[in-house]
Amino acid sequence: MAETRVETRAGARPSRLRRAWQSDFTWSFRHSPVAVAAFGVVMILILGAVFAPLIAPHNPFNPATLNLMNGFTPPGQANEFTGELFLLGTDDQGRDVFSTILYGMRISLFVGVSAVLLAMLLGVMLGLMAGYVGGWTESIIMRVADVQLTFPAILVAMLIFGIAKGITPPEYRNEMAIWVLILAIGLSDWVQFARVVRGATLVEKNKEYVQAAKLIGRSPFAIMLRHILPNVLNPVLVIATISLALAIIAEATLSFLGVGAPPTKPSLGTLIRIGQEFMFSGEWWILLFPATTLLALALSINLMGDWLRDALNPRLR
Amino acid sequence: MLAYIIRRVGQSVLVLLVVGLVAFAMFHFVGDPIDNMLGQERTQADIERLRVQLGLDKPFVVQYWRFLEQAAQGNFGLSYRQGRPVAEIMIERLPATLELAFVSGLMALVGGIALGIFTAINRRGVSANVVMTASLIGVSLPTFLIGILLIYVFSVELGWLPSFGRGEVTRIGGWTTGFLTESGLKALILPAVTLGLYQMTLIMRLVRTEMLEVLRMDYIRFARARGIREKSINFRHALKNTLVPVVTVMGLQVGSIIAFAIITETVFQWPGVGLLFINAIQFVDIPVMAAYLMMISVMFVGINLIVDMLYFAIDPRLRADRTTGGH
Repeated sequence: MAETRVETRAGARPSRLRRAWQSDFTWSFRHSPVAVAAFGVVMILILGAVFAPLIAPHNPFNPATLNLMNGFTPPGQANEFTGELFLLGTDDQGRDVFSTILYGMRISLFVGVSAVLLAMLLGVMLGLMAGYVGGWTESIIMRVADVQLTFPAILVAMLIFGIAKGITPPEYRNEMAIWVLILAIGLSDWVQFARVVRGATLVEKNKEYVQAAKLIGRSPFAIMLRHILPNVLNPVLVIATISLALAIIAEATLSFLGVGAPPTKPSLGTLIRIGQEFMFSGEWWILLFPATTLLALALSINLMGDWLRDALNPRLR
Repeated sequence: MLAYIIRRVGQSVLVLLVVGLVAFAMFHFVGDPIDNMLGQERTQADIERLRVQLGLDKPFVVQYWRFLEQAAQGNFGLSYRQGRPVAEIMIERLPATLELAFVSGLMALVGGIALGIFTAINRRGVSANVVMTASLIGVSLPTFLIGILLIYVFSVELGWLPSFGRGEVTRIGGWTTGFLTESGLKALILPAVTLGLYQMTLIMRLVRTEMLEVLRMDYIRFARARGIREKSINFRHALKNTLVPVVTVMGLQVGSIIAFAIITETVFQWPGVGLLFINAIQFVDIPVMAAYLMMISVMFVGINLIVDMLYFAIDPRLRADRTTGGH
């Protein structure tokens, strides 16, 4: 990170690892139990999602390995017909809930991270342009941002999803659903980034180093990307973390409402939607475990975002 | 003042025109209306005739203008899925959403202000801290999980309240209401709580912060010194001055209540416009989507405009800022 002020002691120059360990940034991390715990939970969940094919005891999407007899096995009990044991039970089709959660998390995280990257890219670019170029460019960009901000992000995402669904031919809809989701959530979320980056750029562009860069004849493009961007990046990182939690929840909400990830490629939201149907008949585990995973993921990312905001102490708002 | 109002109204009209363009583009580019209206057996002549009849041979701008004219009259054509006029379906569904939004908004306002005052006055009390922590969890929980949780506790486990639908409704003129029957009122409780909880925590935290700020002011200290009773200070002197921002925020939240009603209505299968919209997305029912979009934009833009005007009228400090620079 940019802020690695080093507390060098007299004597031998400490190794790079040691300096990183002693930086203010890591110091504040090590001394915040909440941040460490949240980071631990996020890492476990991310590793579980990334290595899902290795960790998951079953492949829930390979019909050959599914046995309908295994359906509705309660967690931690052997199935009464086949005698097989499932850590978190099985759903109606005999799919291992633990495995479906691992694979579902993959999709949730993939959509969330991609959507935030898209929003960040778009927002940072437009924000830099609005702040640095000013004039008509700024008016148009910020007016569009204002209009979009009038509507809740989730509504914008739903609308984009609906339009995109209408444009894609029916036979591709299930395959395209994930990409459409990323597009919908990403486009609904860029405003935050643009506003903060524009604000920070307005401050930075009058500083001496930008004047100097102008004098030596660097192009506006280079000034924006090489000089201003690194200096406005801290608040962007904080917003990206908080946006990630929001994007994961938005994805889950859309999938839960049936306008997101399809049942053939279920995300955590789709799993919760499926699980809700069995809540009334007493198969609580099909609902409870995906819901808890979603909560743990969103909450710990949020807590990390909170800590990051304090640690980087950016000029938010 | 007048210049500001004119500019603000102009902006609102511009927003509506842009949203109208989006809605029109949906009709224009998503799916072919002729495909939707004519069956399999059609001739080129049929297609041409319908094109002229629908005005699809006219230039884009002319079509857009005609669309706006029709939209202003509430005419969005037939729903692709139900084959009935969209306006008719919307009017049928609107009372359910408005009743839900009204009750949850009221709950959020009353509950939020009461809890906000409580937590501000007993800042160091144990119960106030419990409420504050609970509100943090309430903010992080996604709406649909709150709904599921409530259904699980109150419908599945306790069996006290129904988990879906509106119960028995009474028809008064064109309006259907669930307020008059026991089952209607019972069915309203869980969705209203689900929808109102987030807004309630928002208002509660706002009232608390404002209240704490005001209670530090000199005139409150002076009132204490004069020996006025605590109750009178808290409610007569402090509360009044915290309400201005609360009213503005609440005004802006009306829009998001309507939007989040989509989620709540889906969880509880509440037969309102939100559920209609979600079903329209699932089945790519463009006229319903467009009509919902236009309706909600008119609401949002209208509310924003009113709130801005109110703010402007209430707080004279804003006038100088706003008329000189943009906002």
